[in-house]
Amino acid sequence: MIKGMLICSLFFLTFSIFAIIYRLVKGPSAPDRIQALDALGINIISGVAIFSVLLGNTGFFEFILLIGILSFIGTIAFARYIERGVVIERKHSE
Amino acid sequence: MNGSIPSEFLPVLLILIGTVFSFLSAVGLIRLPDVYTRAHAASKSATLGVLFALVGTFLYFLWEEGYFSIRLFLGIFFVFLTAPVAAHVILRSAYRANVELAEQSVQDDLKEVLKKE
Repeated sequence: MIKGMLICSLFFLTFSIFAIIYRLVKGPSAPDRIQALDALGINIISGVAIFSVLLGNTGFFEFILLIGILSFIGTIAFARYIERGVVIERKHSE
Repeated sequence: MNGSIPSEFLPVLLILIGTVFSFLSAVGLIRLPDVYTRAHAASKSATLGVLFALVGTFLYFLWEEGYFSIRLFLGIFFVFLTAPVAAHVILRSAYRANVELAEQSVQDDLKEVLKKE
């Protein structure tokens, strides 16, 4: 029963990832696509957690933390690029 | 079913609830009309869904194997802190880039404030 519930949750997760990919392809503006990528990263975190329960292996927990940090940094960088045109601002020295 | 529930039932039930929340947020991501309402759906319920899934994983390994994973705990804390901040930054950039609101929205208070500057 435990395995069936985990497979069922993977099923739901697959459907939500398909919905997010639909938004990523169709999204009319750039912030829509950034939002979809952020949600995709978060769903991938959840998928890694489910797989680590399914395999009974604790070796994948670093990937959860790593994907979380990388998704956050990428989202912030894209949002700054849209808002200001640059990601890292330089000092104006004139 | 003789009333004996195995101890890993509750964490796996938490994981299932979390993925159902993720699925609902994805449905909101498809059906809602503009970027602001879509981010409202995606940030809140996707964060809640991944928190349920991660807490379920944490409790599973804590009860089954007695393994307290500090990395998973840090991951839960980090996702809980950063997902709303990421949604805020995306929406701020969307508003500054003049992404249109939906047609049925009635009021835009921020526009006059930005015009005054």
